[in-house]
Amino acid sequence: MQAQRIDALFPTVGNAGTGLADDMDRLLDTVMGGLTGWSGLVANRPRVFPPINAWEDDGAVYIEAELPGLKTEDLEITLIGNELTISGQRPSGVAGGTGEVVEHRRERATGRFSRVVRLGPGVDPDRVSAALENGVLTITLPKTEAAKPRKIAVQAR
Amino acid sequence: MDNEMTTTSGGCGAVAPAAEVTKSAASFRANLDVLETDDEFLVLADVPGSTSDQIDINFEDGTLSVCAGVKARRATGFKRLIQEYGVGEFVRSLRLGEGIDSAKISAELKDGVLTLRLPKAETAKPRTIKVQMAS
Repeated sequence: MQAQRIDALFPTVGNAGTGLADDMDRLLDTVMGGLTGWSGLVANRPRVFPPINAWEDDGAVYIEAELPGLKTEDLEITLIGNELTISGQRPSGVAGGTGEVVEHRRERATGRFSRVVRLGPGVDPDRVSAALENGVLTITLPKTEAAKPRKIAVQAR
Repeated sequence: MDNEMTTTSGGCGAVAPAAEVTKSAASFRANLDVLETDDEFLVLADVPGSTSDQIDINFEDGTLSVCAGVKARRATGFKRLIQEYGVGEFVRSLRLGEGIDSAKISAELKDGVLTLRLPKAETAKPRTIKVQMAS
């Protein structure tokens, strides 16, 4: 019932090729994990929540997660052993105005979430820090001195 | 999903639906909640990483177009360990039809969520007509 209602209220815009573009989006999402957003196509976001990216350099491991709509108090980050857990509660969308609310789209994930990232050895648990800005969480995990790469000078003889 | 445009945007500032695309930056479809009350449409869009100066909103001929730019993060000098998502602008277009009071559309960005309020024009609101008893 709901779907039919949407169609009636949001008639198709643009050309008839939207179906194909949608298929291509889905294909990209499946094949590429929605990573590239190729020129000429708009990629979907990954379905997992929150999606996670991670990098490292010589000094630290960086974990980044997209958490739109979350405040620091909605979020819990724990590090037990080498398991980093990001969990929390995503608030449901606001209902504005008065009277009956008709939902045309509900694409934004809501409810509880939890994800675990397994870290390699060499992270210093006492110096882990996290920042949440514009819905993007960045966790910085500095490496222990022993885990940092070391340059060995070669002696000429 | 076939009741909205999935064509690409030409980038922020050029959200015309059928525009030819020559840019190579990544574009992603922003996830939306669209709610309707008697008084307004409420559109919530996930645009994590975007700031208000990077967002373009256009409402023309009953079509709402949103483009939210996102600054690149960690471009070079890092070794990638996990990549589940790409970083790039968020785009979306929706046909809301007639009956929106376009002068009263408002937008707010908070914690990576863009909230748009699109009030209905007086003529488009549901009306209850009271029938008077003839005396």
